[in-house]
Amino acid sequence: MTTLVTVPDIETRFAGVITPDTRKGYQGYIVEAEHVRAFAKALRDDYGYDYLASLTGVDYLPEGKMEVVYHVYKSTGGPGLVFKVQVPRENPVVPSIVDIYPGANFQEREAWDLLGIRFEGHPNLRRILLWEGFWGHPLRKDWREPYFEEEGKPFSSRWPHGKHFHHEDKNPFGKNVDYPPGFDPYTWEPDTADEILYQAVLQRSEIRDDLRTERVVVNLGPQHPSTHGVFRMIVTLDGETIIGLEPVMGYLHRNHEKIGERNTWIMNIPYTDRLDYITAMANNFGYVLAVEQLMGVKPPERAEYIRVIMAELTRIVNHLWAIGFLLNDLGAFFTPALYAIEERELILDVFEATTGSRMMNNYFRFGGVARDIPEDAWDKLVQLVTDRLPRKVDELDRYLTNSELIQSRTIGVGVLTAEEAIAYSTSGPVLRASGVPYDIRRADPYSIYDRFDFDVAVRYHGDVYDRYLIRIDEMRQSLRILQQAVKQIEQEAPRGAPILAGKPQYQVRVPPGESYGRVEAPKGELGFYVVSTGKPNPWRYHVRAPSFVNLTALEAMCRGHKIADVVTILGSIDIVLGEVDR
Amino acid sequence: MTQRTGRDRYEGLQVPGYDIPDEVKGNVIVTTLNRLYNWGRRNSIWPMMFGLACCAIEMIATAASRYDLARFGMEVMRPSPRQADVMIVSGTVTKRMIPLIVRLYNQMPLPKYVVAMGACASGGGPFKEGYNVVSGVDKYIPVDVYIPGCPPTPEALLFGLMKLQQKIEKQSLKDVYLQKEEYIPEPILGPDIMDPRDFPLIREYTMKKLQEMQGQGAVSG
Repeated sequence: MTTLVTVPDIETRFAGVITPDTRKGYQGYIVEAEHVRAFAKALRDDYGYDYLASLTGVDYLPEGKMEVVYHVYKSTGGPGLVFKVQVPRENPVVPSIVDIYPGANFQEREAWDLLGIRFEGHPNLRRILLWEGFWGHPLRKDWREPYFEEEGKPFSSRWPHGKHFHHEDKNPFGKNVDYPPGFDPYTWEPDTADEILYQAVLQRSEIRDDLRTERVVVNLGPQHPSTHGVFRMIVTLDGETIIGLEPVMGYLHRNHEKIGERNTWIMNIPYTDRLDYITAMANNFGYVLAVEQLMGVKPPERAEYIRVIMAELTRIVNHLWAIGFLLNDLGAFFTPALYAIEERELILDVFEATTGSRMMNNYFRFGGVARDIPEDAWDKLVQLVTDRLPRKVDELDRYLTNSELIQSRTIGVGVLTAEEAIAYSTSGPVLRASGVPYDIRRADPYSIYDRFDFDVAVRYHGDVYDRYLIRIDEMRQSLRILQQAVKQIEQEAPRGAPILAGKPQYQVRVPPGESYGRVEAPKGELGFYVVSTGKPNPWRYHVRAPSFVNLTALEAMCRGHKIADVVTILGSIDIVLGEVDR
Repeated sequence: MTQRTGRDRYEGLQVPGYDIPDEVKGNVIVTTLNRLYNWGRRNSIWPMMFGLACCAIEMIATAASRYDLARFGMEVMRPSPRQADVMIVSGTVTKRMIPLIVRLYNQMPLPKYVVAMGACASGGGPFKEGYNVVSGVDKYIPVDVYIPGCPPTPEALLFGLMKLQQKIEKQSLKDVYLQKEEYIPEPILGPDIMDPRDFPLIREYTMKKLQEMQGQGAVSG
């Protein structure tokens, strides 16, 4: 479990600049805004905290402060360190640390977009999830959405009296819209057109001196069969070679964080399912860990085993899907995906029998899981992990790995070096395929992962081929964990053992404080930063999504390759838009 | 008046009142052009290859081997709206995406159909209160079939598509092919999403809001 540490040495070196965060339930340091760059640089260079996991903001409306929260870790493993910068709410300006930790790029843009914190020195501080010209910064506590009803759920109109109404009837437009006072649509000029974006991308692109050809801007998406959803890329080309790329996202921005701050704690569990909708169980895991850290509850043995089993099955589902669709992107249209989906369906059968839903499982609870695995599903599961899945993984490996076509399209394409991978804060298979053996299950163990014998899969070339291979490796390791887990659970916590600590509750009591729970989700580090004020609703609910941060490295991976490779490289990062845009 | 069933009609057709040569017997089907054409149409609906969110994953699972959309003649997914007959809106429609969905809808050739798959596309779903979420795609484009569920299981999607087939079967060719191409104006991203048809209403609303604010200011000032 993550325990954030304090470094005594750093306190003397930065005496007067940093102060320990003494608020109840809080950890880490508070850094003066003007010294944050020096502090971050020292952390990276002198103390080994070279991996910026998460950067986000919190609006402390009653105190009149905005806080930027940084979580940094060592890429060699071990607990991390959290530091914060506090600025006044009226004019929040914080120095940007993009040049120290390039992985902060999108996360700072997100904090600007949603909270209105300006990062001075950021090379491209534009809105990222919403569009330029949007009215207000929605995650500010005094900003209200058009369908606003009350600050927190349960709304008094729904419970206990049940006098609910349709928001459409109350809105003058019958839609989910609101406009600023005095706004005139007839005289309004758009702040941003696509042309402005295209020009900006064109200007940022490097010019090669040897051969000057006309640079062309090509737009891919958001409706494009290879973008895995509604993702958009603006690519500058020199001939067929990519010289610049700008990801444009937000087409599936579903306001998880705003809704999450209105919800009660337990209501957020089903919402986490819909973040990365292929790996619902892993998302549940991260969120309940973060809240359990605050609540101080520990799930019983059987629940821990069931959690690990479900999380690892989810990893297999995800990697099967990722490989199938990477091959799809390579042009092997749908045949490998059909093989992969066939196995996925069998795992989903177990999920459906256990949780009642194929994809949106809503299965984990604070202090355990919702219900036990039924006996017939258990038999199916044991058969799957001991017999069928190992064979099928080998089969995929046999069909695909040595295929000449796949090798010629993927080897040496989209290379990301180990240094770049750490600097861009990539995580999961992308990081490990670049030769960094960083797996949170090992580096910072949570739950009961320390009981299992497994290897951290790592590959060293950092290209698309290695990112494909590492997913095969990881499926094999997951199966190893699963085989041990299904044996151990029979001995350690047989059927009938408790699966939930305490009684099931609709309203949990979460003591004030902050917590960052992170798990090794199939796509990388999934972190949940939650702040509680002791009320029934979280004060802050932030999701550090692996797909979103991994995309920071997309431009570096694509530059110098051909336009057809973009699709492959994007497929090898394995993004899910529900998580990128949240 | 007795209700004539389809079977009666069929039997009536068996006896035309004149001799049928043996080589023709059993080889001739008499039907209406409507039914013949709709039979072909409903069994070759090409969906647009267009996934929005979670429901798209179930849509792909429906197209895969276990559920096999090809049984309904719908396996030919086309990424281009110009070649598609049905748009399966599979997932949450956001304000940022709706201008593009309307554009894609406008680009589809007639006759065209829209299936709202899942709670989000039908009415906003769990994300209805979100500031960037369109509470139902039918606020902007007409929908033929709504499929509940979050996400609907592949069985539910198949059921919804079968309902669409029934709807197509009942349509008259005259209505389908004489219907006018209706262009839906694309919403614009301003301070919030703006439907060009709402412009007068928006101005009225914002001016009223401004006056109210100034009025309050005068009272408190």
